[in-house]
Amino acid sequence: MSHAHHTSMGLDNRKMAFWAFIGSECLLFGSLISTYLIYKGKSTVGPFPHDVLNIPFTSFSTFDLLMSSLAMVLALAAIQRGDMKQGKLWLLVTALLGLVFLGGQYYEFSSFVHEGLGLTTNLFGSTFFVLTGTHGAHVTVGVIWLLTLWVQALRGKLGPEQAVTVEITGLYWHFVDVVWIVIFTLVYLIQ
Amino acid sequence: MSEQAHATTGTYLRIAAILVMITLIEVGVFYVPAFQPVLVPLLLVLSLVKFVLVVLFYMHLKFDSRLFAFLFSGPLLLAVGVMIGLLFLFFGAVRLRTGT
Repeated sequence: MSHAHHTSMGLDNRKMAFWAFIGSECLLFGSLISTYLIYKGKSTVGPFPHDVLNIPFTSFSTFDLLMSSLAMVLALAAIQRGDMKQGKLWLLVTALLGLVFLGGQYYEFSSFVHEGLGLTTNLFGSTFFVLTGTHGAHVTVGVIWLLTLWVQALRGKLGPEQAVTVEITGLYWHFVDVVWIVIFTLVYLIQ
Repeated sequence: MSEQAHATTGTYLRIAAILVMITLIEVGVFYVPAFQPVLVPLLLVLSLVKFVLVVLFYMHLKFDSRLFAFLFSGPLLLAVGVMIGLLFLFFGAVRLRTGT
């Protein structure tokens, strides 16, 4: 399925390209977080953050995403040592935890809309939905990617030889996790 | 520059336990009024520790090539710099206008 390609420095070229991609993603999320912070507290009409943000619920979502990162490294470790049974299990667990996060985000967005906060209601709504929605879109891509790998593993097309492919998927997934760590603090806890 | 072996399963589990504990502390200090004066710096430090732990151990930057660390930290520092610059630009302008 995949062949190892190395740069002149002996590094896997796909990993190098992916780290460069993650670097560009830092700039994307940096701009979205900056926009949120700049317009923070500038809404002239409600609902305001303290009216709608549900810290206990979001804390559970944060815990869920942290556990999905753990499941991802366990999947990679299992595949690297050739234990495909464990590898398949942890890949599926990671994807399911991602789906739980997305379900939580759907519930959160729905409840906000129910409370009168939409994309165009005020500056808080616009910046909040764009930032967390972009993150959610990344989680969605990650879940699809993980399920694709899981199906490949079920069909016997994923093994220790493709461990770098799983590692790159993991890099993406952990990046989505660290972005949420920042969002959870800056958006939810520092109101 | 070469890629090295990754952490063990035990290390991954210990990191996960630390991440969960830090998250519990973050939520705890959010609700305790005594922490209000230092809430922002405290939460930023706790968040930074979580961020660094995930990047070093789960993304394997502690064990991988330094070139990968450079490819990640360069744009990250640029993003943080732009963020801080924009915040100073906007909030500095507001303070100049209002004189506060």
